[in-house]
Amino acid sequence: MSAITDQQQFSSRDVSRAKLSSYQIAKRRRNLLYGASITLFALIILSLYVMPLVFGIVTSLKSQAQASAPNSPLLPSDIIQFDYEGESYDVYNVPTDEGIKQWALIQRRRRGASVFIDINDPDQSLIEWEGNTFLLEPAYEWSVQWSNYPEAWNEISFPRLLGNTLVYAFVTMIGTLVASSLVAYGFARFRFPFRNILFMVLMSTIILPPAVTLVPTYAFFVRVLNWGGTWYPLIVPQLFGNAYNVFLLRQYFLTIPCEMEEAAQVDGAGPFRTFLSIILPQSIPALTAVSLFHFFFAWNDFFGPLIYLAGSRNKNPISVGLTEFNGLYEQNTELILAASVISMILPLTIFFIAQRVFIQGIVITGVDK
Amino acid sequence: MFTQRMKLKPGLGEYRSPSRRREARWGLLFITPWLIGFLIFYLAPMIISLVFSTYDFTLSAPDDARFIGLDNWKRMLFDDANTWDSLRVTFVFGAISLPIGMFSAFMLAVLLNSKHLMAPNLFRTLFYAPTMVPLIAGILIWSSVLNPQSGWINRLIEYLTGFEATNISTGPRWLDNPDLIYFAYTLIGLWGIGNAMLINLAGLQNIPTELHEAASIDGASWLRRLISITVPMMSPVIFYNLILSTVGLLQYFIVPWVLNLGSGYPEGTTRFYMIHFYNQAFKFQNMGYGATLAWLMFIIAMMITLFLFASSKFWVYYSGEAN
Repeated sequence: MSAITDQQQFSSRDVSRAKLSSYQIAKRRRNLLYGASITLFALIILSLYVMPLVFGIVTSLKSQAQASAPNSPLLPSDIIQFDYEGESYDVYNVPTDEGIKQWALIQRRRRGASVFIDINDPDQSLIEWEGNTFLLEPAYEWSVQWSNYPEAWNEISFPRLLGNTLVYAFVTMIGTLVASSLVAYGFARFRFPFRNILFMVLMSTIILPPAVTLVPTYAFFVRVLNWGGTWYPLIVPQLFGNAYNVFLLRQYFLTIPCEMEEAAQVDGAGPFRTFLSIILPQSIPALTAVSLFHFFFAWNDFFGPLIYLAGSRNKNPISVGLTEFNGLYEQNTELILAASVISMILPLTIFFIAQRVFIQGIVITGVDK
Repeated sequence: MFTQRMKLKPGLGEYRSPSRRREARWGLLFITPWLIGFLIFYLAPMIISLVFSTYDFTLSAPDDARFIGLDNWKRMLFDDANTWDSLRVTFVFGAISLPIGMFSAFMLAVLLNSKHLMAPNLFRTLFYAPTMVPLIAGILIWSSVLNPQSGWINRLIEYLTGFEATNISTGPRWLDNPDLIYFAYTLIGLWGIGNAMLINLAGLQNIPTELHEAASIDGASWLRRLISITVPMMSPVIFYNLILSTVGLLQYFIVPWVLNLGSGYPEGTTRFYMIHFYNQAFKFQNMGYGATLAWLMFIIAMMITLFLFASSKFWVYYSGEAN
C-alpha cells in the first residue's frame, strides 16, 4: 500500500517536473527571441549613432577629390588611371555589345565619337565610341590615402598642440585634485558653522553661467596682470577646487568608515596627516575618476583658450587649433577629418581602458544629488 | 526667544567646547581653497560685473571709462535688437533640441536597461563612446557627414527611401537651410547625451523591481508601465537633467562658432545669445555692455531654475519622502 502511494507520488512529481520543464523551454525560447530582437534593434540604433564616426574615419582615408565628390564610392577608392604614351587617363566602365568594358578615355568629344583605349588590350588600336561620356560611370579601384594622416599631423602641428593640451591638462589636474580633495574632506568630516549653507553655495555654482563672472575676470587677468596670451588665466582659477569634483570626492569620503581615522588620531596624527595617510590611499578610485573627468574637460576646453590665447597661435590647445585648421583647410575635407580622428585617439583610448571607473563617477555625481 | 531658538536649532553656541572649536577650525582650514576661490572667482567678479554694467568701459581704452547709470541696460533691453533676437534663437533652438535630446537619452537608457538585451555593458560603453569624441572633432565630423552631396546622411536617406536626397536642388541642405539648421544642430548634440543617458540608466536601475512585477501581474502593458511607473519614479533624474541642460543651453556657443565663426549663417538663425555676448565683450572688448548681457543671462538662468524648482512640487516625485 505504502509502496503504491510512493510510486504514485513519484510519478505525479515526475509529470509535474516534465510539465515545468516544457513550460521552461517555451519561456526560455521566448526570452531568446526577445533577447535577439532587442539586441538587433540596439545594434541598428548603435550603427546609426556611430555612423558619422565610421564616415569620418573612412573619408579621412580618401583623396581630396574623392572626399568631396558626390556619389563617390563609400570606401576609399580612386578612379583607375591608365598610362598611355606618357600621359595618364581616367578609366570608365563603358557599355558595349560584349558587356561592360574598362576603357580609358583618351579624348573626350562633345559631338561625334570620343576616343578610348581598352586597358586590358592596350596593343589594340584606339576605339571610337559614340555617346555621352559624361553619363559614363568611372571605374574605381581600392585606394587608401594613409598619407593624409602624416600630412594632417604636420600641417596642424599636432605635437605642439598635444604638448600644450597635456601640460594644461596635467598642471590643472594636480591643482584641482589637491584643492578638491582637501575641500571635500573638510565638508565630509568636520562640523563647522554654516557648513550646510556653504555646501549649498558650492553646489549652486554648478548652475551659475560662467559668463556672469567672465568679464571682470578677463579684464583683471588681461589688463591688471597682463596675462593675455599666456596660460595663467586658464590655470589659476582651477587651483581652488570645483563643485563637481568636491561633490564626487565628498560622497566617496562619506562611505569610508571613521574608525581608522579615529585610531590614527588616538595615535597622535593630526587631521592633515590623517587625510594624507588614511583617506587618500583609500580613495584611489574616486581620485582616478576626478582625474579622468578633468582630463576630458581640459581636452575639450574651448571658450577660455579662445579668449585668453587669442593672437598667440603657438600656445593653442587642440580644441582651438583644430577649429583654426578647419578654417584654413576648408577645401581639404579629408585632412580636417584626419586631424579630427587624430585628436580623438588619446581620449577614446583612455576612456576604453578606464571606462568602469569613469562611468561610476558620472553615476555618483548624477544620481546622488 | 533667542535662547529658545538656540536650543532648538544648533547654532554657534555649539562650538563653545574646545574640541568642537578645534574641529571647526580644521574644517574651515580644509575648505579654505574653495572659500578663497569662491570669493576671488565667483563672488567678487559677480559684483564687479554688476558695477561694470553701469559703465561705458572698453578694454582698449580703459581710461575713458565713465559711469552711465542704466544706459547699458536700456540699450540691451530696448535699443539692441540683437538681444531679443538672440534670445529668441536660443529658446527656439532649445524648444527643439532639449526635448529631443532628453527623450533620446531616456529611451536609450530604457533600451540599455532592458533585461532582454545581450551584452548590456558592451552596448553601454559603445553608446557612451561618441560622448568621448572631443567636441570639436565631433562637430567637424558631423559637418562633413551632413554635407548634402558627399555626406552619408543624405546618401542613406536616398538609399532607404529612394528620395533624391543627394540632388543639389531637391535634397536637404542641413547646415544651409534656416528651416533645418536647428535639427542639424540637434543631431550634432545627440553625440553629447552620454552623461544624461548614464544618469538615466542608473536611475532606472534604482527603481524597485516589485513595482514593475506588481503592475505586470495586474496586466499593465509595457507602455503603461513606462508611463505610470518608470517616468514618475524617474522624475528626480529628469528634473536634474532638465536643469543642467537648460542652463547649458543658455551658454550654447561652440557648435555655431566652429561651424561658421558665429556669423549667424544661415540668415541669422545661429546667432545665439552667447555669440552675441562674445561679440560684444571680447570681439569689441566692450566690458560694460558685455557685463550687462552676462547679468541678463544670469537673471534668466536664475528665473528658469527657480521656476523649475517651484514647479517640481507638482511633478517631481521623491520616493524617500513618503508623506
